[in-house]
Amino acid sequence: MDLGPHAGFIVAAYAATAIIVSALVLWVVADYRELERSIAELEARGAKRRSDR
Amino acid sequence: MPLSELANPHRFLRLARVLIPALAVLALVLIGVGLVQGFRAPADYQQGEMVRVMYIHVPSAWIALVAYTLMAIASLGTLVWRHPLADVAAKAAAPIGAAFCLLCLVTGALWGRPMWGAYWVWDPRLTSVLVLFLLYLGVIALWRAIDDPSRAAKAAAILTLVGFINVPIVKFSVEWWTSLHQGASVFRLDGPSIHPSLLQPLLISAAGFAALFFALHLAAMRNEILRRRLRTLGILAAAEAEAR
Repeated sequence: MDLGPHAGFIVAAYAATAIIVSALVLWVVADYRELERSIAELEARGAKRRSDR
Repeated sequence: MPLSELANPHRFLRLARVLIPALAVLALVLIGVGLVQGFRAPADYQQGEMVRVMYIHVPSAWIALVAYTLMAIASLGTLVWRHPLADVAAKAAAPIGAAFCLLCLVTGALWGRPMWGAYWVWDPRLTSVLVLFLLYLGVIALWRAIDDPSRAAKAAAILTLVGFINVPIVKFSVEWWTSLHQGASVFRLDGPSIHPSLLQPLLISAAGFAALFFALHLAAMRNEILRRRLRTLGILAAAEAEAR
């Protein structure tokens, strides 16, 4: 596909979108895994909330 | 489902477990279809191929405004109705809204250079979007600066509501002042001024961006609930260790 004389700007815009959206998704997923791991670790050591007892 | 029923974090987490993957798949499909149609659509009669940037720039801008509006409504929920998930929703939306706002600024600069001859001009629309981005950063910084979540929630809610004045300024800046940025071409009283061949992929792409935003927002809200659970567990574990 011929994107014309400004192809570089179009490709850069889509690349920036891919990078920013990927970073956002990775951050949310990594944060979730880290939180689950930390909670599991504390619970394994016997920590329980009053509502869970 | 009434909003009050979602006040129970357990119920919210169960709902999120179903909605997050569903919205993520919907986002992938809609963005994929929108972009394929967008690249198959004819080039713009004035901008040529550069119009392809519209399919990511415009949805990013809309999401940046929607996310801030959602934060403002959630802030009212925190200050007025004291809904337990309101500050969770507001806090979770801030970094996602900031990312879409950054995306809007970056893609706008890359669109502006070949069309206007400059990456940046201190135009009312561009400047008000930059202010929106700075507001996002301010709200995020405020959340991080105060340890107690309920105090941080109130301070962030006040800042968010004060900053909401900027949202209509972003929207109407192109009508109120002389602007290099083009005026509204979709949400107009006399209907969209874009040709349907370009409008359809834009709307599909925007629906995909919206699904992506809500999937990420629900996931970030779930993270925030878990973060608070972790905080509580940490405090209880420390108290029990001290009591022994």
